[in-house]
Amino acid sequence: MANLLDIRRRLKSVKNTQQITKALKMVSAAKLKRAQDRVVTARPFANKMTEVLSELASRADENFHHPLLDARGDERYLLVLITADKGLCGAFNTNLIKAARAFLAENAGKQIEMLPVGRKGRDFFRRRGVPFADEYVGLTGKGRVEFSEAVDVARDIINRFTEDETIDKVFIIFNEFKSVLQQRVMVEQLLPVARVSVDESEAVAASQQPINFVDYIYEQPPEEIFSRLLPRFVETQIFRALLESVASEHGARMTAMDSASKNAGELISSLTLNMNRIRQAAITNEIIEVVSGAAAL
Amino acid sequence: MLQLEIVTPERRVISESVDMVTVPGLNGELGILPGHTQLISQLRTGVLTYTQAGATYKLHVSGGFVEVSDDRVSVLAEVAERPEEIDAARARIAHEHAEKTLSAWSGTVEDFEIARAKLERSIVRLQLAAGE
Repeated sequence: MANLLDIRRRLKSVKNTQQITKALKMVSAAKLKRAQDRVVTARPFANKMTEVLSELASRADENFHHPLLDARGDERYLLVLITADKGLCGAFNTNLIKAARAFLAENAGKQIEMLPVGRKGRDFFRRRGVPFADEYVGLTGKGRVEFSEAVDVARDIINRFTEDETIDKVFIIFNEFKSVLQQRVMVEQLLPVARVSVDESEAVAASQQPINFVDYIYEQPPEEIFSRLLPRFVETQIFRALLESVASEHGARMTAMDSASKNAGELISSLTLNMNRIRQAAITNEIIEVVSGAAAL
Repeated sequence: MLQLEIVTPERRVISESVDMVTVPGLNGELGILPGHTQLISQLRTGVLTYTQAGATYKLHVSGGFVEVSDDRVSVLAEVAERPEEIDAARARIAHEHAEKTLSAWSGTVEDFEIARAKLERSIVRLQLAAGE
């Protein structure tokens, strides 16, 4: 028979844990609201950007070259992995790491460097000896991701790609925010920027409105505008990935902490039941002893 | 009517129907009225004005692009803020700081450009904050 004191001790510790998970859940819920708003407000810019870019791409000269557009080889990859800085958010980090490992296994023949953003991913792959190009820790953990921080990361990547030419392709893995309960792990190619084919953009235009054949007036040569737009596009994509990741993290943590609180609640009620039973058994036992003792007299 | 939409990476600043827009293009001010032909231009740091029902509004914009098509004016700026959002005190400090950096400049061309852009922004901000 379990000791009454042991159960009381256990009950107390579970109650304490539940308090922590409840508090964390509340904090995440508050942060989630803010992060979610930022994802939503950042979307128009990213969408508009893609629109203008595909418009320009379909009009720019076929022979137009830009370092960010040109595919070189297919040998050296850079993998940008955006994870959280903190744990206690369910399978959030695990899924990302799983996707990254699958990516590494799939491209085992290539020379892959990683650029982890977030502590969890960094720690995991550092222990496994994967070479890092650079690392960014503390961006997603402090709540608010500034656009300038995304720009820093983007510039770093662009420099490696265009000036150092130490990499051929850049991929990014992050969690996309689908809903509070749902995140989707995305694996996207960041660089070189995929050329939008003319057919594709025309098909999109045709579905929306009759194709307008009036050409644009370009205040600056289209190539110049294009060259300015491309780095901005990469920055925007990274910024979006960071925002999505932060929102997903809070969502994941909220759901994880919610189920943890629920589980703790169940545990508490079953422990309480158990404790009462044992207490009752002890009392019954005592009564029997007293009664049988009196009968023996 | 023109459909004016100003977005920055952080947020959508404006999405409204307006009568006329003037944007600071890289090659000079661009006045845009309904029926304007399709156009794409880079922006420089400056003041964007738009009129709506007889009233004129001003905004500080910096960097980015403007696209005009089918009476829709889309401004993709790095920075866009209304006069009431501008922190005049901060702009003044930035102004002094940038001037100091420029007068004692000895670094690379890039640093010079960054400081110059900062000075430009602070000047526009101060102008707008003063209600000019």
